[in-house]
Amino acid sequence: MSNASQSDTTRPGTTVLTGAEIIWATLEGEGVREVFGYPGGAILPAYDALRKFPIRHILVRHEQGAAHMADGYARASGRVGVAIATSGPGATNLVTGIATAMLDSVPIVCITGQVSSKVLGSDAFQEVDITGITLPVTKHNYVVTRAEDVAPTLREAFRVAQSGRPGPVLVDITKDAQQGTAAFDFTAAAPKPYRPHPMLRAESAAITDAAALIRNAKRPLILAGHGIIKSGAYDQVRTLAERMQIPVASTLLGLGAFPATHPLSLGMMGMHGEAWVNHAIQQADLLIACGMRFDDRVTGTLATYAPNAKKIHIEIDPAEINKNVKADIALIGDLRQVLEVLLPHISTVNESPWLRAVNEMKGSASVRDIKNIPDSGHLYAAHVMHDLWRITEGKAVVATDVGQHQMWEAQYYKHNEPRSLITSGGLGTMGFALPSAIGAKVACPEKEVWAIAGDGGFQMTACELSTIAQENLDLNIAIINNGFLGMVRQWQEFFYEKNYASSPILSPDFVKLAEAHGIPGATVTTRKQVEAAVAAARSRKGPFLINFLVEKEDSVYPMIPAGAALHEMIRRPEHDPLLETASDS
Amino acid sequence: MMHTFIALVEDKPGVLTRVASLFRRLNVNIVSLTVGRSERIGVSRMTIVADASPTASHRIMASLYKLENVLDVDDVGQASCVVRELALIKVAATPKTRSHIFELAEVFRARIVDLAPESLMIEITGVESKIEGLLQVLNESEDRILEVSRTGRMVMRRGQHTSRVLDAMRVPATEANQAEEEDPDASTALMAEESGL
Ligand SMILES: Cc1ncc(C[n+]2csc(CCOP(=O)(O)OP(=O)(O)O)c2C)c(N)n1
Repeated sequence: MSNASQSDTTRPGTTVLTGAEIIWATLEGEGVREVFGYPGGAILPAYDALRKFPIRHILVRHEQGAAHMADGYARASGRVGVAIATSGPGATNLVTGIATAMLDSVPIVCITGQVSSKVLGSDAFQEVDITGITLPVTKHNYVVTRAEDVAPTLREAFRVAQSGRPGPVLVDITKDAQQGTAAFDFTAAAPKPYRPHPMLRAESAAITDAAALIRNAKRPLILAGHGIIKSGAYDQVRTLAERMQIPVASTLLGLGAFPATHPLSLGMMGMHGEAWVNHAIQQADLLIACGMRFDDRVTGTLATYAPNAKKIHIEIDPAEINKNVKADIALIGDLRQVLEVLLPHISTVNESPWLRAVNEMKGSASVRDIKNIPDSGHLYAAHVMHDLWRITEGKAVVATDVGQHQMWEAQYYKHNEPRSLITSGGLGTMGFALPSAIGAKVACPEKEVWAIAGDGGFQMTACELSTIAQENLDLNIAIINNGFLGMVRQWQEFFYEKNYASSPILSPDFVKLAEAHGIPGATVTTRKQVEAAVAAARSRKGPFLINFLVEKEDSVYPMIPAGAALHEMIRRPEHDPLLETASDS
Repeated sequence: MMHTFIALVEDKPGVLTRVASLFRRLNVNIVSLTVGRSERIGVSRMTIVADASPTASHRIMASLYKLENVLDVDDVGQASCVVRELALIKVAATPKTRSHIFELAEVFRARIVDLAPESLMIEITGVESKIEGLLQVLNESEDRILEVSRTGRMVMRRGQHTSRVLDAMRVPATEANQAEEEDPDASTALMAEESGL
């Protein structure tokens, strides 16, 4: 808060500032260097004060983008992302982004302007009850009507967003609270310390029981979830897996938590998971669920889910225990802490017949290399993902949208690093890729970032191309263009007799669209062109867009129809030239 | 089945909505809900009776605790406790037909708290079944019930248990609170509770 108006100094560390200044001073104190936002009347006092603070404001083109950017920022870096919007329509435009962060437990703080406290509740111009609207999609939210409450509330919002099971927090600040003045003392505004959920429980008896189950299991499996990334339990999970030679299956959001190229890694489970992973789950006699919540997309029908397995559920949110799948042992707490207590009870084994059996399943169900498939002239999305992975050496941060390409990415781009896949798993929000990639790039400028979107989802937030241009962000965009809302078309093919109702979608020439923003691009129609285009994108400093025109009516395999059992997968037809999935290079 | 939860919550605007919204989201019907001040300044006590599956209790408690404004939750399902409800019942009665209602009130240990030419008002406290019993008898004796107002269930555990609101649980230590804690009796009660945890 280097050069803010310092009108009065009443005691050391205390300065009298306007509420607007206190917003930025508090963000600065919380370590925030970048925010994503869009101005408007009710938040203008804050924007007016921004110039006095060393905070970079990225002007978005739609507030949904601001929330997704804050979300991508948080997922890529582990720091809290911040989105700012004005009252009324600015605030309501945030809602999809907030819900996206809520469902995936991502720590973001959204600040909205609000009409003056004197007219609250009077349907004043651009007044909307945004705390009411966002109540079920925020971890918590606040209305601030006085300048002196700005700092304590914002600081508490940061604490709430990050602690326990993280999530989005919204702070609605009235215009008069921004215009009023108050003494600012960052330290004194510290929130009460985090109170762990009172139902956290991992007693030593449960730990010993869990260790005994693990030691005695013949066919154990680790289910690796997002919680591993949230709690930073990579080493602990890896140690557990390696000591007992336990194969590891990942949820979509767990990808990257355990290195995909590790010999114990099986790949993704669930609706579009690898066949051998789902079979392994059905055959396992013990599931060790680490920071995952048995979402319906990973269990299939619960009646037949993992019928032979005991379940150890390690999870920080007590409300998740026994919600979908009954746990035989629940260890409720921070995953890393729980595993640190558990690991001393786990000895080392050298040999696991079960692991051999699983690897055999893998060997027969997949062909291990799609690199050498003859180039038929057709461009498959799977090829694009595989080639992207190969060319970027698996080191890029990839933000995906929602649909077929998202599943192909998850199957073919092997994530070895945590926080290298940014995707909307819980809400499945189309339009997420481009803005979340922007957030990731702003958070991690040193990283190579790719946004991968379908032709449908890309158009939902394509306006953010302009943000990329204005900020000259060095990120690459891959559009997997199949002329359809692909995943919808696939469901229509499988379950609605190919009645392609409203799934064919017309798109602009994406390369020209990019050019209109001053962003160069290339269109790729055959596999031979992939490498050169990707190389062009990577070598250019600044944004680049590739329009991949892929096979129009390709489907993601395997697929468990909604409501079917995990092992009842629809497999790729034999005559189809493309292989199902590939487990490594 | 019926579950009874006691939730100690911060006394702030919007907290009731958050609690109610949680039950709405879980698609659980709230049968009764009473809210009032507790023994602590700034802390309200809610007694929530909800109709949910036998296994729902854990999830409801865990979800209640996730609300930032909720300080303490108790499921008094199986515990030994005192349960009370208060009801005001207005019955149509003329001077001629009053007397048997007076008798009924006596049997139910209820009180007549208002008398008008055309009606009278009964006040009754007790467990729900007692109140329902009186209502049933009134109905069966063809007295016309004009109005009923019931508070819903209030519950308190018997014996030593105190509501576990500690300063550690983010309750602002107001001056009144501090005074209370300096009171030797109050602080021993607090200690006893802590050691019982
Ligand atoms: C905001 C939103 N609206 C609708 C959907 C439903 N939906 C899921 S996938 C999908 C199709 C996506 O098509 P596209 O973006 O072209 O990607 P593709 O599946 O072809 O890879 C749709 C419409 C959604 N997930 N999100």
